[in-house]
Amino acid sequence: MTYSPPPIVPAGMTPPAEPLMTPPAAPPAASPGPPAPLEFVLNGESAVYAGRGDARLLDVLRDVFRLTSVKCGCREGECGACAVIFNDRLVNSCLVPAGMVALGSVTTLEGFRETERFAVLDRAYARFSAVQCGFCIPGMVLASEALLRRNPRPSPAEIREGLSGNLCRCTGYNAIVEAVTLASKEGEGLW
Amino acid sequence: MAPHPISEPVVKKDHDLKMSGRALYAADHYPEGLLFAAALRSPHARARILKVTPPELPPGHIYADHRDIPGPNEIPIVNCDTPVLAVDAVQYVGEPILVMAGPDERAVRKLLSRVRVDYEVLEPELDVKTAGTTYCDYNFGRGDVDKAMAEADKTYDEEFETFYQEQAYIEPQGLVVRWEEGKIIARGSMQCPYYVHEALVHAFALPEDKVRVVQDVTGGGFGGKEDFPSNLACLAALCAMKAGGRPVGLFLGRAEDMECSTKRHPSVSRYRAAVKNGRLTALDIDVVFNAGAYTTLTGVVLLRGVASCVGVYKVDNLRVRGRGVKTNTVPCGAYRGFGAPQTVFAVEMFMGHIAGDLGLDPLDFKIAHLAAQGDLTSTSGRYHHPVPLPAMIEDAVKNSGYREKRELCKRQDGRLRRGVGLSLWFHGAGFAGTGERDFIKARVRLVKSADGRVEALASNTDIGQGLKTTFAKIVAHELGIPLDRVTACSPDTDRCPNSGPTVASRSIMTVGELFRRAAVKLREGWADGVEQVFEDDYVQPDYIIPYDYDRCRGDAYATYSWAACVVELEVDLLTGVHRVLGVWGCFDAGTPVDRTILTGQMEGGLLQGIGYSSMEQMKYDRAGRIRNKTFSDYLIPTAMDVPLIKVTLHVEKFPEGPYGAKGAGELPLPGVPAAYLSALEQAMGGIPVRHAPFSAEETLAAVMEAGK
Repeated sequence: MTYSPPPIVPAGMTPPAEPLMTPPAAPPAASPGPPAPLEFVLNGESAVYAGRGDARLLDVLRDVFRLTSVKCGCREGECGACAVIFNDRLVNSCLVPAGMVALGSVTTLEGFRETERFAVLDRAYARFSAVQCGFCIPGMVLASEALLRRNPRPSPAEIREGLSGNLCRCTGYNAIVEAVTLASKEGEGLW
Repeated sequence: MAPHPISEPVVKKDHDLKMSGRALYAADHYPEGLLFAAALRSPHARARILKVTPPELPPGHIYADHRDIPGPNEIPIVNCDTPVLAVDAVQYVGEPILVMAGPDERAVRKLLSRVRVDYEVLEPELDVKTAGTTYCDYNFGRGDVDKAMAEADKTYDEEFETFYQEQAYIEPQGLVVRWEEGKIIARGSMQCPYYVHEALVHAFALPEDKVRVVQDVTGGGFGGKEDFPSNLACLAALCAMKAGGRPVGLFLGRAEDMECSTKRHPSVSRYRAAVKNGRLTALDIDVVFNAGAYTTLTGVVLLRGVASCVGVYKVDNLRVRGRGVKTNTVPCGAYRGFGAPQTVFAVEMFMGHIAGDLGLDPLDFKIAHLAAQGDLTSTSGRYHHPVPLPAMIEDAVKNSGYREKRELCKRQDGRLRRGVGLSLWFHGAGFAGTGERDFIKARVRLVKSADGRVEALASNTDIGQGLKTTFAKIVAHELGIPLDRVTACSPDTDRCPNSGPTVASRSIMTVGELFRRAAVKLREGWADGVEQVFEDDYVQPDYIIPYDYDRCRGDAYATYSWAACVVELEVDLLTGVHRVLGVWGCFDAGTPVDRTILTGQMEGGLLQGIGYSSMEQMKYDRAGRIRNKTFSDYLIPTAMDVPLIKVTLHVEKFPEGPYGAKGAGELPLPGVPAAYLSALEQAMGGIPVRHAPFSAEETLAAVMEAGK
């Protein structure tokens, strides 16, 4: 029997006629039928995911919801390019099984960029040319946000620690640390 | 001297797209009907392929091997010895043998695991000292080294070794290729679209206009995306040829990328010196680079290695031999610094060791031998322009407190010991020799639309270093129009002239100047309300002493950028762990076209150099395999590893560069290991260091052995 999961439908979208991507390899015959759809909040809106619960959240966000700000740099939780905010915590989405997000809330840069706090970070990153190749930036920006939520006035050492799970090969981190320092001042009261 | 107005920072042209996550990189497009390709790669360093038995191909899947290649089974890099796919032998672990594609990437990989290959495994050649094949052998010098050695008060003889460094761009390699009405269209992550174009034209035996290559937003390169994307493009194009118009994506995972793509050449350098009356009278240098299995860029990388091998010093009697040797390992290639980091490390450590033996501070001994304007370079060209090192040394010494710290660190005990080290170097700016004139022949184009907007067209890619911004700044400044009226394109071989590759710290200095000159023409010929096109082509400056490639003689570079760097660190003698306390760099890359962008380049390069000094350990084992090929076991610096990086910019204007700008991108890296490891030597109480990187484990072993 061939296994064919139902198409995955982001909230508020018409279901596509075909699955957006070929599903992962079929599970063994003994496994249960299609999993029950899973509801969660994605960038502030309710979303439904009906694929395998053991898929990586990274792949689900990219391949199913087409949130391509979530970058894949290593698939082993080291580089932080796929970092998203899950229930107020910064997580590497490559290490989170999609099933874990049931009833929780996930924020990617696509959601966060609509906020006033993003606008503050945006100006600060721009001011120091802290964006070079840009590949680490979505994760880095969400790491900045997660840090500032925890600690609105971090010292440079605390910023370095707060961003240490996100690898950047271009900048040497100085510009990013300066940007977060500036954002924490300019965004007084926002975090 | 007032700073040039062009140095004033601006918001980068690509800031909004990248900051908001809207920038689309190679894997972000999701074109309709995308198939995923992956290669079967050799698990052996050296073997004969006796038989390949593919599994039955499920519907909708594609299989291709060397028999499917329409043209020669060759990837043109400098030579054509790299095959697209192995035929009857494999030469390194990771060499591609065949390629398959299908709609699901995991299913394709599963299918690949079911291909049966019968090998006759052979003994690999892994040691550069005994390997039998030399790809290139440079010999040059001047004066009489033997006489100077015979007459010396003292001679010195040391061997220095360096290992791999992985570029570790955060975006892995990847691209998408499709065939459309007999034309290959490739787009992806790359530094040099025309290299990929040339490779596809060659291997698929197509006319030039039947191949189109477009650069996507690229997540870092550092040399790693110079030649290697050509290999991937050929593999993806083979599948695309059979895919009936469907696009084929080839995206490397991190481990495959680290194992199979090019990296910095490991090296062994033997340095001998003669000293008479406290002065260096001769250097005898023998450099060996481990090329890996194919020649790729080794000839040119080594050329920069030997051109940089005497460092910033003046020496009358010189003998240099440089060899690139084949081993059954992954082909090495370009990485920021391109051969210079290996020899700069050796010469800087060597000078420090000689100074120590003479009872001098390394800095004083180095200052006493600095080359000056008009002096001969290693290849007997000239330093045509001023050498600003004395002022830069003063700056780095003052900012870092080098002299006081060096003195303080002489007297210390306890578990934590500090050390401070300094290094000096140059980076030859732009392409080696007369390459710009003879091979590259760069051209740029400005297209002015009827409404007065200007597009700058070239093949140089913005891979994070900011070319979209700096090219546009140059054109806007020269035209005297607002920056938002000028756009620098994303290279597309169908519409951009070939301005050469994005390598060798040449883009701003060489191509930027062409844009400036084209902008002068446009300004002078500006006509409102009509479309206008102006081009400019490279012309070699008159002062250049022609470079003889066979004899390695003449001006290897049109000019030089300069650097002075100080590193201070602390070592825990109980664990061997190093902790960097500060890094101070003073850099002269001429006039900054954007001060903030240039500073960012310097800071980023310094940190890569710190990694190359310490934590970025990568070697191959006795079977020729690289075992640590993930970010879990190949560590690159995080934001916490270096709390203080301080960059200052010195401006020695280059008359042939735009507003005085010269090569910048590679400048910050080459000398960092010598500064770092000199500091480590001092912290370890004078134990000499002769290889880079130098790990915590090695530190502990060295300290225990010396009984410190």
